[in-house]
Amino acid sequence: MINNISAARFQMGYSLGFHMIFAALGVGMPALMLIAEALWLRSRKPEYQKLAQTWAKATGLLFAIGAVSGTALSFELGLLWPRFMAFAGGTIGPAFTLEGYAFFTEAIFLGLYLYGWERLSGPAHWFSGLVVALSGAASSILVVAADAWMQTPVGVQDLISRPQTFNAARALFTNEAWWIMSIHSTLACYAATAFAAAGVYAWGAVVRGRKDDLRMRALAICMAVGVISAVAMPITGHESAISVARRQPNKLASMESLFRTQRGAPLLVGGIPDPAHQRVLFGIEIPKGLSFLATFNPNAEVQGLDRVPRDEWPNLYVTHFSFQAMVGAGMITMLVAIWYWIAARRRNGTKDNRLLQWALVVCSPLGFVSLEAGWIVTEVGRQPWIIYRVMRTAAAVTPAQGIGGSVTGFIVLYTLLGVALVWMLNRIKHPAA
Amino acid sequence: MNPANNWLGLPVLHAVGLTLLLALTAYVLTAGADFGGGIWDLLANGPRRDKQREVIAHAIGPIWEANHVWLIFVVVIMFTAFPPAFGALSIALFIPFHLLLGGIVLRGGAFIFRSHEEVASPRWRRWAAIFGAASVISPFILGATLSAVSSGGIRVVNGYVTVNTALAWFSPLSLLVGALTLAICAYLAAVYLTVETQGEIQEDFRRRALGAWAVVAILPAILLILVARHSPLLWAHFASLEARVPMAIGIVLAIGSGWAMWARRYKLGRILAMAEVAILLWGWAFAQWPYIIFPDVTAANSAAPVPTLRFLLNTLPYGFAILIPSLIFLFAVFKGKEPLHPSA
Repeated sequence: MINNISAARFQMGYSLGFHMIFAALGVGMPALMLIAEALWLRSRKPEYQKLAQTWAKATGLLFAIGAVSGTALSFELGLLWPRFMAFAGGTIGPAFTLEGYAFFTEAIFLGLYLYGWERLSGPAHWFSGLVVALSGAASSILVVAADAWMQTPVGVQDLISRPQTFNAARALFTNEAWWIMSIHSTLACYAATAFAAAGVYAWGAVVRGRKDDLRMRALAICMAVGVISAVAMPITGHESAISVARRQPNKLASMESLFRTQRGAPLLVGGIPDPAHQRVLFGIEIPKGLSFLATFNPNAEVQGLDRVPRDEWPNLYVTHFSFQAMVGAGMITMLVAIWYWIAARRRNGTKDNRLLQWALVVCSPLGFVSLEAGWIVTEVGRQPWIIYRVMRTAAAVTPAQGIGGSVTGFIVLYTLLGVALVWMLNRIKHPAA
Repeated sequence: MNPANNWLGLPVLHAVGLTLLLALTAYVLTAGADFGGGIWDLLANGPRRDKQREVIAHAIGPIWEANHVWLIFVVVIMFTAFPPAFGALSIALFIPFHLLLGGIVLRGGAFIFRSHEEVASPRWRRWAAIFGAASVISPFILGATLSAVSSGGIRVVNGYVTVNTALAWFSPLSLLVGALTLAICAYLAAVYLTVETQGEIQEDFRRRALGAWAVVAILPAILLILVARHSPLLWAHFASLEARVPMAIGIVLAIGSGWAMWARRYKLGRILAMAEVAILLWGWAFAQWPYIIFPDVTAANSAAPVPTLRFLLNTLPYGFAILIPSLIFLFAVFKGKEPLHPSA
């Protein structure tokens, strides 16, 4: 069944990649809403309330799609990978259990927030939003524990040999890989949301000439969240690289197309891996960069693909290009965010700076490019394992007939849903300022 | 399993099974009514057609996301507590579960998209049609699934799953349970809506509630006859002496809830209807226990390690210490006396 495995991976990738956009916006948008509403409560300037209400409308749409696509995923874990779930469902379950509480809390308070503008007092309404923001972030952090265990299956030998005493919660939440993964990916949600929203206002300013106070303030709020998260990304990213180098050297080698184990390994920028000849074409090498990135020691040895059996190599093209895309997009957004705040020091410095506004338009999708690319590096870099060095993805896949239909159905369903959603979002306008 | 493994005086496995059942009950009683709202939306007719749809949308709007999360809980408890059962179900129910997901995704999407359109505009009607259709598909499949796991049509031998589709899916029993689930959703929705409306529209939903009540009362009687012929496991339980008490309670509740609707005692009717549906579901669940997939998969032979079960149970008091006050607050804010003014 060669096609079951490819089809299942494609369906999983498409569903998760789709869901992730809404999950990230579900984490990021409440932060923007809360800042706007807090400014309203303090200053009583009606612009800020309009802003919070407009963002809340968008969040209502996005959250609904995130909720249903997330539900689909909880089923798809079993539908596509039943043998993985039969083996490890109880182990990753505690992460999903806690995430379930967080998500439930988020859904309750989002209902209060979206429909409660006239039924709750100002502070009570803002507090509802705060609960949404906190539980959204908690969901993100908790659910990553499941992925972190698949990357670093702590205690798996106990699960195999002495299952009746295996403590899954301890394995999940004492996993050192979890913290850095969850912080790095949750910050990415804020960055992706902030740049996506900022781009909308930059587009309005540069193309449509919409530069009123309301929109310029909206842009500033987005960029405040944007610059903090974008600057934090390389720092947490570096910690992630150290973690990956220690726990999944195969992944690091494939991200960097490092064929030969070496001391003082260079950091590769760009380039096209050529696995057949074990070389990289057109790449730029920063001497000793990888050794430094992975260990802080420029002369340290970094494991290459030569120590990995050929049938355990992840897909070099996908991991290498995704890694480059993640870092590249992350760097560009960070620099543009800093540029924005330098320009903002002058009066009207951002309002009339068309070059900056165009740069922000370009950055609009880049936060999500970075987020999705980072996720692809993480998951494709784990291949061919579904649980690193324990269970192969091919051994986990469903034997069921009909996966061709389900993968087609999901592509059609989510594509149509995405198109309809973008169209709906595009119609949400600010009330006249 | 070691009998010392108790949780609050209950054997751990029973406690987990009960948790699963309560989560499922909460899902049926809350989200079931949201599906029912979709069914009535689809069947809306008469002079107050669009008004009916508007009332349904306002009733569901603020709460459906929270109600929907109960299903996620059910799924998560299933794969956390009974991983091999979840794996086997995922293989056996590959196609129906995908159809269910399609229904869930379309319903949620169409509902939220529609809420951004002007009532009764052509686009509003288009989303309404999708919302209604998806609200029929999803509960039907969920109901048929419960029947499939009791039917004996799904076999799991040495980890290999085989499905006798004629027994699991296309049997009169499965189709009827699917239909009963639809009727239950429609019944709950109509009953809840009588409490939340007034005047003519309230009468509309009262009539609908009485119609659905008749179906919910008659179908289980037909089902019992079918169960006797098709599902020996369930029948053995229903025919037993101790089953007569809950059955008698169920019959009393069914008569009571119908009477309350008839007599326009709406709040009483709502409580009795919820109890009637819960008793039906529990009757099935207690007959099914300890099997998860009859006849090969039981709770005991598919349970996760005890520390995992305990972790799951131990989270409950903390989790619900947050969730229950939050839910009460949500329903108090939106299901109180005043009419709804959704601003989103």
